[in-house]
Amino acid sequence: MAYSEKVLDHYENPRNVGKMDAKNLDVGTGMVGAPACGDVMRLQIKVNGEGVIEDAKFKTYGCGSAIASSSLLTEWVKGKTLEEAQQIKNSQIAEELALPPVKVHCSVLAEDAIKAAVTDYHEKRNQGES
Amino acid sequence: MKLPIYMDYSATTPVDPRVAEMMCSFLTPDGTFGNPASRSHQFGWDADDAVEEARRQVASLINANPKEIVWTSGATESDNLAIKGVAHFYSKRGKHLITCKTEHKAVLDTCRQLEREGFEITYLDPEPNGLVDLQKLEAALREDTILVSIMHVNNEIGVIQDVAAIGELTRSRKILFHVDAAQSAGKVPIDMDTMKIDLLSVCAHKIYGPKGIGALYVRRKPRVRLEAQIHGGGHERGMRSGTLASHQIVGMGEAFRIAEEEMAQENARLMTLRSRLWDGLKDMEEVYLNGDLEHRVAGNLNVSFAFVEGESLIMALKDIAVSSGSACTSSSLEPSYVLRALGREDELAHSSIRFTIGRFSTAEEVDYVVDLVRDQVTRLREMSPLWDMFKDGVDLKTVQWAAH
Ligand SMILES: Cc1ncc(COP(=O)(O)O)c(C=O)c1O
Repeated sequence: MAYSEKVLDHYENPRNVGKMDAKNLDVGTGMVGAPACGDVMRLQIKVNGEGVIEDAKFKTYGCGSAIASSSLLTEWVKGKTLEEAQQIKNSQIAEELALPPVKVHCSVLAEDAIKAAVTDYHEKRNQGES
Repeated sequence: MKLPIYMDYSATTPVDPRVAEMMCSFLTPDGTFGNPASRSHQFGWDADDAVEEARRQVASLINANPKEIVWTSGATESDNLAIKGVAHFYSKRGKHLITCKTEHKAVLDTCRQLEREGFEITYLDPEPNGLVDLQKLEAALREDTILVSIMHVNNEIGVIQDVAAIGELTRSRKILFHVDAAQSAGKVPIDMDTMKIDLLSVCAHKIYGPKGIGALYVRRKPRVRLEAQIHGGGHERGMRSGTLASHQIVGMGEAFRIAEEEMAQENARLMTLRSRLWDGLKDMEEVYLNGDLEHRVAGNLNVSFAFVEGESLIMALKDIAVSSGSACTSSSLEPSYVLRALGREDELAHSSIRFTIGRFSTAEEVDYVVDLVRDQVTRLREMSPLWDMFKDGVDLKTVQWAAH
């Protein structure tokens, strides 16, 4: 299968690979996918007092397109508010990376990951306050 | 050293230059281009002589009578002819066949077709090391069983089944035995004089011959009958019609001749290279060999790298041509059915790589592959959340995954 230039670039030079302390109150963690399906994505965001994503890290077990989707996602969410980040659509990721139809599920996973990370952030906040 | 490095000899092999040269002399106007079935002139007689010489060479490698060799287009056709041919001919005697879940699709899909025609098939589970348990096979035999089909060497994991022992069992019960030997001919000794195998499929392109040519061995004593699957001019004693592909056939003959002559030496060399490869990888963490190491063809190494996904690994290994058990690469999203049949978890099936080395592989290539694989597996693991969790002591089986 031929990969697009952009997929290859992110795959070979992934941006923002890493891990944050999931217990931190300003960190939101989204883990989506399943090993048996061949892909698991973990996206973590660090949110400042203004609700802006200051930093993002990912680790992904999956094919090159899954790795590229999550790498691209970390670039996109940085500097965005939580609201804005949740607006990111899988179709935008698929388009940017020129994913073929069989790989569109990788971009869906990335969209799920940011939603899950934001949800996790809010839940932890709510629990912290109560 | 030239990149990319070819380590996919089980998929196919390059044609040995000696074979290619031979084949070329059966194509052009100044060569032996005649139709072997032409009985009325020299061109036909010469082609026929060459085809019969090749038949002797193929028979010789498996210690059979040349009259027991039927030319086909490859192992797929041989498997079809053997299984459907027997089923259709002996259907009055019974409608039950036995095979194994790790067989090649050429056998499994042929069996599926027979099921649609009203036959009943038992698909045996192999043991975790890939081998068929003889007692389980014996327990599956029935009054109405007409054929057992078990491959000699598995194409994915390279394990060698004890076909001699299976033959003893089936013969004592008067049940026919077919063996798919596409991956073993020329690599593992086969002796049709002592082995009680009734039908044996072979092809040329796994042993440095051309693609698109193969043969089916059909035993004469005790005689095995088949219903032809391809009808026409009655070639090959009516079992397989069609003008013989003489250039392919002489290529297969030459490839088998060379294999017979060089098998012992070549196996010793490949065994050394294979050990060098495995020694270079086995001390890594969380690396699993798939299939038995002892009962295994010399050129095959099938390894799972836990917590790394197969397709991304193949991508990382773009300088080497290998195949992945994660069939993502072969356009379906299923992990290898062979590894699954061994009871491997999906994750390990997804992360397996089949390295198959052969006649033109070198120690230098093996060393390059070892370094590359170690580096890339480490790189991908550093990117893998599963590796993180494993390192943190999380048992992945206890995690609730959101399946998608
Ligand atoms: C075990 C086995 N059987 C059958 C085949 C099919 O052989 P052919 O490509 O000659 O049809 C192969 C090769 O792909 C094989 O490995």
